[in-house]
Amino acid sequence: MTTKSVARPAVAPLAASAQDSTSPVVEIRDLTVAYNENPVVWDVDLDVERGKVTAIVGPNGAGKSTMLKAVLGLVPIAAGHVRVFGSDLRSVRARVAYIPQRGTVDWDFPTDALDVVTMGRYGQIGWLRRPDKRDRQIALECLAKVGLSDFAKRQISQLSGGQQQRVFLARALAQEADLYLMDEPFAGVDAVTERTIVTLLHEVRNAGKTVVAVHHDLQSVPEYFDNVGLLNVKLIASGSVPDVFTEENLKLTYHNAGNAGLETSREMQPISNGSSTPAGAFLR
Amino acid sequence: MIAPALLGFDISWDATLRNVILGSLILGLMSGVLGSFSVLRRQSLIGDTLAHAALPGICLAFMLSGTRTNEWLLTGGLATGLVGIFVMMAISRWSQVKPETALGIVLSVFFGFGILLLTRIQHSNDAGQSGLDRFIFGQAATILPRDLVVMGIIAAISLSVVVLLFKELKVLSFDPDFAAAQGLRPGVTSSILAALIVGVVMMGLQTVGVVLMVSLLIAPAVAARQWTRSLSSMIVLSGAFGMLSGVLGAVSSSLGDRLPTGPMIVSVASVIVIISILAAPDRGILSRIQRRRDRARRMRDDLIQIDHQGRVIW
Amino acid sequence: MSAALTIMIVGALVGASCGLVGSFLVLRRLALLGDAISHSVLLGIVLVFWATGSRSPILMAIGAGAVGILTVALVSWIQHTGIVKEDAAIGLVFPFLFAIGVVIVSRFPSQVHIDVDAVLYGEIAYVPLYRFEAFGWDLGTQAFWTVGTMLAIDILFVALLFKELKVSSFDAGFTAAIGMSPILIHYLLMAFVSATTVVAFDAVGAILVVALLIVPAATAQLLTQRLSHLIAISVFIGAASSIVGYWIARLIDGSIAGAIATALGLAFITAFMFSPSQGLIAQFARRSRQRRDFIRDLVVAHIAAKQTPVALNTLSEDFHWSADMTNRAINDARKLDRVELDGRGYLSIPGTSSQPNS
Repeated sequence: MTTKSVARPAVAPLAASAQDSTSPVVEIRDLTVAYNENPVVWDVDLDVERGKVTAIVGPNGAGKSTMLKAVLGLVPIAAGHVRVFGSDLRSVRARVAYIPQRGTVDWDFPTDALDVVTMGRYGQIGWLRRPDKRDRQIALECLAKVGLSDFAKRQISQLSGGQQQRVFLARALAQEADLYLMDEPFAGVDAVTERTIVTLLHEVRNAGKTVVAVHHDLQSVPEYFDNVGLLNVKLIASGSVPDVFTEENLKLTYHNAGNAGLETSREMQPISNGSSTPAGAFLR
Repeated sequence: MIAPALLGFDISWDATLRNVILGSLILGLMSGVLGSFSVLRRQSLIGDTLAHAALPGICLAFMLSGTRTNEWLLTGGLATGLVGIFVMMAISRWSQVKPETALGIVLSVFFGFGILLLTRIQHSNDAGQSGLDRFIFGQAATILPRDLVVMGIIAAISLSVVVLLFKELKVLSFDPDFAAAQGLRPGVTSSILAALIVGVVMMGLQTVGVVLMVSLLIAPAVAARQWTRSLSSMIVLSGAFGMLSGVLGAVSSSLGDRLPTGPMIVSVASVIVIISILAAPDRGILSRIQRRRDRARRMRDDLIQIDHQGRVIW
Repeated sequence: MSAALTIMIVGALVGASCGLVGSFLVLRRLALLGDAISHSVLLGIVLVFWATGSRSPILMAIGAGAVGILTVALVSWIQHTGIVKEDAAIGLVFPFLFAIGVVIVSRFPSQVHIDVDAVLYGEIAYVPLYRFEAFGWDLGTQAFWTVGTMLAIDILFVALLFKELKVSSFDAGFTAAIGMSPILIHYLLMAFVSATTVVAFDAVGAILVVALLIVPAATAQLLTQRLSHLIAISVFIGAASSIVGYWIARLIDGSIAGAIATALGLAFITAFMFSPSQGLIAQFARRSRQRRDFIRDLVVAHIAAKQTPVALNTLSEDFHWSADMTNRAINDARKLDRVELDGRGYLSIPGTSSQPNS
């Protein structure tokens, strides 16, 4: 059970702050997210710099995906708040593109690559209307950008993992967004796809957009990313890669997997969310 | 009516048969179309729970009002059906019990309670049979023109909604997280879809009954999936298969004597699924077996060479 | 022995056997497969009767076992091909088999004169009427023997294969690795479920057997974490609900089968609400406590991390909390001496002293 009931306030919503080309695209303040009173993201303050490619790294279960979802409003927030482009996410949704982990989707769905990419236009199209020629054109161009023009009419069940990932990326590009939030975009993809995605991310960055990616491979961070945030439930450090991606910080981040020195009350018992194997508790 | 006669079938064509065929046709169409979404979202068995949970509501409606009009009874069914779904969600959300187990609990307990009420009504009813048990196996012959009108209206509404909200339904079924992030309100779409499904399940109780309703929500959609490459064609084909099952089932049940309509419709639908799973190109089983054989043969051909004297070299 | 007592005993025996095998069904998350089996075994009964004209419980049980296994095999095979997903596979197989069964019974009423209603809803009320005669002796109510034997066989099965069942419910891969065949165990279990189902038909009929298979074990799950306790509680609830059901049916003048299902539902709701470990009430109480501790700790950690005193009102704003919530968290923290509030409305950790930033 989430703590949504805990959060909502009598506080007046903050006015949108003035945005210029140097103000951060995403401002996260005092963000805490918990599942069943288990803190997953704890009191995090983070600014995402405009026009850069930022990585979020940390051990498994350290709250990286959750933080992304909290920014997107997909999970309830226990404390703190998030501003995107200076305002509430709801007013700027059209400018934010989300690329979730591949495993969340049923790849046996009856649809082809072009159709999936076209879905990226739905946010722009609005209720009750259909995608038109221009939408299809944009979708085709985005498919071309990820190198999958030949696969436009291919059923998605017949795509490889890397191709699926590229289709997701093309879908995000079709949104013509200014901010891209990606959850493990490089997980389980082949080298060609990885190259393609990185090249695209840099192109997008050079065009003035902002990218945030939850990333799992520490080796590639200096080469792919400008900035990095080190998260282990708490934020260990954030900033440019040369400044922050140091051995000392990494040690702090990965030292206590999942629990960076968190003080928890001894009475706090996490409630199982039922995800354990069915009879696991019975083997005694 | 000439064609069947030419084929040698002797259909006694009357108003009842016409009603049954029309009702089955509408029902088949609706369950095919709406069932496509629940199958794709892997929520097929919720329709089963809805159907089973409707029985106590039907009985209560009768006990409270004494009337046997379909609208009233089915409204009662709708109420307890929704309660059942709500209870199921509460159970899986607030305890360790898994969702599928919760489905089974609600399904069997609500239905059992319904049987308790039903038998009580039967025992206390001076007129004997209250006729309520027709909702368990369906009794298509009880479809009145008035029922057809209601069914038609529900069908028209459902189809319009599906057409108007097509892309919302598509993203909801494919990637609800993405839909939410895009502000496409998958929660709202999901509730609308649920309301439509409740409508079609109530429609189906009269024709095929509680136990078999679930089949109509699944079989046409699964069959259609084997033949199609896009969601729109899957939905259209599923509706067509549903209609076909309804009509053929109704007609065949009228041909023989004592062939109950509900089970016949379900049998036709099931046969269509079996054929589709086996015979569809690409996805079908026969096609897969054939491809595997071709692959194996090609591999053997690559490995085997024949020398200049016609002997096999390994 | 009075008819009432007979009925109650038979009902209790049925409830016990279903509760017993049902425990593993629920643990292995196969509740809906149990539902499927109980519907499709109608076909088994019909076919046995059609082929042999006999209504011997043993043959019925075997026929049911066969169709039950067929159902499971079909569902597994369909799922295995990947063409159809898990839940859809179930919803495809059992209605078809059931429909065939109903068609046969309707179509050939002379050859297959099974009272469909009785099979489906059961009529345990008639059970005292059928007596078992062997060697010219009246050995008592027939149902005692069938149901009692089934229970005994079930107990034997579970006792002999207890560790196999336990391990394979937890981890199929591990089971295979240590030399047992999880598939064999699976099908054995399904066969016993099917056989138990058909034996239970007399009491509660096909459609309500599901309730007896699933609900006792699900209720037990809410009350205990130990496997042996779970099975025991499940058996008890199965038996007790049958007895309670009998009385409800007498009170309301309705079907005993339906009353048993209702009793099961009541048992489940009771456990759901009041289980000391997992009940709704216990949960809310515990979560309230935990949530309070959580936000208290969050406040403390936040202030500590800031490393300078924090103004009371900015705290509320930063967290997006109401004033009430913030105040309560702070008071909780102060009670434990984890924060202190100075005269100007600034919070700090006791023992650190520095001036707030202006």
